[in-house]
Amino acid sequence: MSSVMIDTGNYIAAKAAVLCKPDVVAAYPITPQTTLVEGIAKYVGTGEFKGEYICVESEHSAMAACIGASATGVRTFTGTSSHGLLLMHEMLHWAALARLPVIMCNINRVIGPGWNIWADENDSISQRDTGWIQFYCSSNQEIFDTVIQAFKIGEHEKVSLPVMISYNAFILSHTSMPVFVPDEKEIDSFLPKRIPKWKLEVENPITFGNIILPHEYEKVRKEMQDSQEYSKKLIVEISKEWKKKFGRFHGDLLELYKCEDAEYILLSMGAIGAESKVAIDNLQKNGFKVGLARVRSFRPFPSEDILKLSKQADLIVIDRNISIGSEGAIFNEVKGSIYGKSSAKVHGFIAGLGGKDVTFKDVENMCKKAINGKEKAHQVWYGLEEV
Amino acid sequence: MAIKDLPFEECYIPGSAACPGCPATMAMRIVFKAIGKKMVMIVPACCTAVIESLHPKTSFNVPTMNIAFEAAAAGASGVEAGFRKQGREDITVVAWAGDGGTYDIGIQALSGALERNTNFIYICYNNQIYSNTGIQRSGATPYAAWTTTTVDGKTEFRKEMGEIIQAHHIPYAAQACIAYPEDLYKKIIKAKSIKGPKYIEIMAPCPPGWRFAMERTVEMGAMAVETGAWALYEYENDKVTFNGKSKLILEGKIERKPIEDWIKYQGRFRHLFIPKKDVKKIKAIQEHTDRIWERYRTCYL
Repeated sequence: MSSVMIDTGNYIAAKAAVLCKPDVVAAYPITPQTTLVEGIAKYVGTGEFKGEYICVESEHSAMAACIGASATGVRTFTGTSSHGLLLMHEMLHWAALARLPVIMCNINRVIGPGWNIWADENDSISQRDTGWIQFYCSSNQEIFDTVIQAFKIGEHEKVSLPVMISYNAFILSHTSMPVFVPDEKEIDSFLPKRIPKWKLEVENPITFGNIILPHEYEKVRKEMQDSQEYSKKLIVEISKEWKKKFGRFHGDLLELYKCEDAEYILLSMGAIGAESKVAIDNLQKNGFKVGLARVRSFRPFPSEDILKLSKQADLIVIDRNISIGSEGAIFNEVKGSIYGKSSAKVHGFIAGLGGKDVTFKDVENMCKKAINGKEKAHQVWYGLEEV
Repeated sequence: MAIKDLPFEECYIPGSAACPGCPATMAMRIVFKAIGKKMVMIVPACCTAVIESLHPKTSFNVPTMNIAFEAAAAGASGVEAGFRKQGREDITVVAWAGDGGTYDIGIQALSGALERNTNFIYICYNNQIYSNTGIQRSGATPYAAWTTTTVDGKTEFRKEMGEIIQAHHIPYAAQACIAYPEDLYKKIIKAKSIKGPKYIEIMAPCPPGWRFAMERTVEMGAMAVETGAWALYEYENDKVTFNGKSKLILEGKIERKPIEDWIKYQGRFRHLFIPKKDVKKIKAIQEHTDRIWERYRTCYL
């Protein structure tokens, strides 16, 4: 029996995490993630969370503690945002290289200076090479469902990698929406117990992470890459399984929306992905043949799926991030995915940095600009190009 | 407890990559003997990350996890919570770090773990330098000592880590020295029997780092205690009790030897003696040591 819970993205994420029964949560507060850690603390109080809750003194220690706990073979969860994620950076690599499936929510927030707590995806995009699987959500229901799916994906024996579930600051983290919540038994039947790839045990003493020579180290990296590749298949399977069991589907690596007969396909992510659906409805009503492929999984990157779409349509990309000195991360990777294999044009936009609002109207404008071929630059800074 | 009565079993097994005369391995053997096989080691970046030997081999017969430089105590917090959740409170969790990883880069995580009342033993083997990276100054390096980053000698005195630890009011802390293995053994045994955070710091004279002959490690440790450059004590329930020769010094039953007797055998202080004796600096070291002991007498006698 599922119930309906009306709450903010952070409390929904806390609920989902607690239903997965993590043995250890180690976390440190940061705006706008705070209500997530408070949510878990609330479940400590009610007795619904039976794991160990370690209130550490920094995000670096939060990830280090999750790594230590995960190394004993148990299930771990944490959450952070922006500067907290950046402080974790070293340990993000550590968790992935140690093949420890720590599951973490990251609330996408601007990086300072100056201080700004609104939505921007540069925090998690700048962690893209750490080996973590990265999901981006566009509704509270998707946050709930993805947190639970993430445990199953990350802890799978052929993946054994940490997973980050990102969602935009305030737009989702602090906005209430109704969410269907399955009961504990249903989740238990979906999510098996973790079987660790390796663990610290006195009965079988191993030394983990000592000095490793180049030849062996290279193999470690190759295995991580193979696991990310494998996770592409697994994400598709698990999304299907979720749909069958719970009747909800947010897409797998991509969420395709009204792409049939589309001559243009828009690629966007996170909260802009949700606005994009409204924009697509309006554009199609007005005769524009535009569909949406919302990027749900940024790592692994859905290169094959995007290549397939590029055989059908030209691509329009909106990035809420910028790799300074280069271009938006999705724009860059989309082009890399189709290079030499497709003649599709790729139109790039930067929008919504610093938490600037991006509404469906803005998305429509960007699509129209691209379709009319009116953009003047290689990648357009939407809203700044006419200044 | 005499040396011959220590447990026979060795968890520090052949294949180590330590330097000859390494004090860390001397201390580790005793720690392993005291705790036994029901332990887990968390090792940040330090000499021990090399001493362990190369993947996929190991010179430790206890489960060991390496972790980032500043993260030993935080990693240990997680390991402890993971075992506790699995009902394995019989396993002793040990964070094993050098002075760089303790005094400097790891102090935040350590302070946090102590404040959170983490049930573990944090052991700092203190060789007064970043030795694994090739002898750079740390917060534990004494005044006037040469390192590769203090080429004319360090211009600051070292931190009193023991007093920083005491400010956390944990159930047990101790200072030991590789020259007194029985004393170290007893302190580890006691720490193991107490629940909550325990901190033990072991003076570990490093032959290549301090520039002395490898066969003199134990002697350098003993002289550190005899000159008062290092003190042996236990801290329990907010009470400090000096042990061994440090106790005799504190009570005035034996004379503290001049600091010069210790530093003159170490190449890191060579510039204080050659080409000309730097009387002023040697005096400054002596006076600093005297001041510390004056405080010890006021607080702990």
